[in-house]
Amino acid sequence: MLGKTILGVWLSAVILVAFSFPMVHHPSEWYQFPVIPGLEDKARILFFHVPMSWTAVVAFILAMGYSIRYLVKKNMDDDIKSASAAGLGLVFCILATVTGSLWAKFNWGSFWNWDPRETSIFVLLLIYGAYFALRSALDVEERKATLSAVYSIIAGVTVPFFIFILPRIVASLHPEPIINNRGKIDMNTTMLVVFLCSLAGFTALFFWMWHLKVRTERLALVHQTEGE
Amino acid sequence: MSSLWYASVTIFVKDLRSELRTRYSLNSLLMFVITTLSVILFSLGSENVSSDVLSGVLWIIIFFSTMSGLSRSFVSEEERGTVMTLQLTARPLAVFFGKLLFNTVLLAALNLLTVTLYLLFITNFVVQNYTIFITTMGLGTIGLASASTILAAIIAKANTKGTLYPVLSFPILLPLLLTVINATKMSVEGAAVYEAFSEFQILISYFIVITTISYLLFEFVWKE
Repeated sequence: MLGKTILGVWLSAVILVAFSFPMVHHPSEWYQFPVIPGLEDKARILFFHVPMSWTAVVAFILAMGYSIRYLVKKNMDDDIKSASAAGLGLVFCILATVTGSLWAKFNWGSFWNWDPRETSIFVLLLIYGAYFALRSALDVEERKATLSAVYSIIAGVTVPFFIFILPRIVASLHPEPIINNRGKIDMNTTMLVVFLCSLAGFTALFFWMWHLKVRTERLALVHQTEGE
Repeated sequence: MSSLWYASVTIFVKDLRSELRTRYSLNSLLMFVITTLSVILFSLGSENVSSDVLSGVLWIIIFFSTMSGLSRSFVSEEERGTVMTLQLTARPLAVFFGKLLFNTVLLAALNLLTVTLYLLFITNFVVQNYTIFITTMGLGTIGLASASTILAAIIAKANTKGTLYPVLSFPILLPLLLTVINATKMSVEGAAVYEAFSEFQILISYFIVITTISYLLFEFVWKE
């Protein structure tokens, strides 16, 4: 109860701060963000879009980890955890893609440009979609768990390839959106603090939601097996 | 080791024989390639499409022929009800390597056909550097075959096999497709062989990674 409340307050504070702190050219007070030329107010997306994509990736790694655990131990609980992580990962992935696309529209004039970051988040979306399509096409619980675990491992293994391939294929397109730019520019301390708070908040949100979902699915499983 | 090899080859020969005996699927695959190519030719008409686009189109045809044809190795076992017999008589790894070999040979034949027809009929697509082109085709074929085999094994146990196969395959095959399309573009533009080395490296590592992971995971998929 307390954890939920703290999380709620924390994230509300982050959202409030992200939108209200003024952006001035030469920040003199602790509560001021610097203006990045060309981005200005649009830079505020940093506090939402990046944590969401980060969470989507964390969710996938978690799903893959529990898949491996399931194949080794055959404990249905691991499958529940894996599928729940994937479900939430899908939600965060959709949010990240949509926010990124909207930002791209405002910044570069078009919703989609096939640059490396956009393509990788899209591929992650495809993987999640394929994972759930596979799960829905299988009836037997054990087979569903085994095959989706195998698929998530295969998908996880191909992901590193994108890190090497994409920069070579799409080198001629737009410069990277916000993430790499930020990496090169020293982030102003205030922005950095707010960003890290947002990152922590979204990650905590994910784990809380995941925990809830796992508990719900466990009950559903018990209910189902008792009904048989 | 030699018994594994012998068992795999036996399964490969069995699959080859049953396909050649009935020829239904081989004929339909052949027609698929011809039909797709005809559609492309009709839609291109007399327009001058850049060779970049044509490289991509070639691999679209190859991708979809793979999707039509390569799931048969496992799905036909399910349809004919011979899965249990195979599970009892052969070791899982022998089944895997046998089916992988069959898929590779099938895909190699399909690709040879596709590429020959493509080069013959699409006049704007002229390969300048054949070394790159042939190496790309070879590495692309084995990479496609290895990924398709494990995925075919997965979907053979599912309900909506036909539509599920491309859905599952696309994210997995995407690194391969992007790389081969890039390498094909290079071969058409007449790049030097050493420029394509990083593409070849990616293709070789993709093949090794996918085959290894399939080899490790196949038993989970195959056994009930």
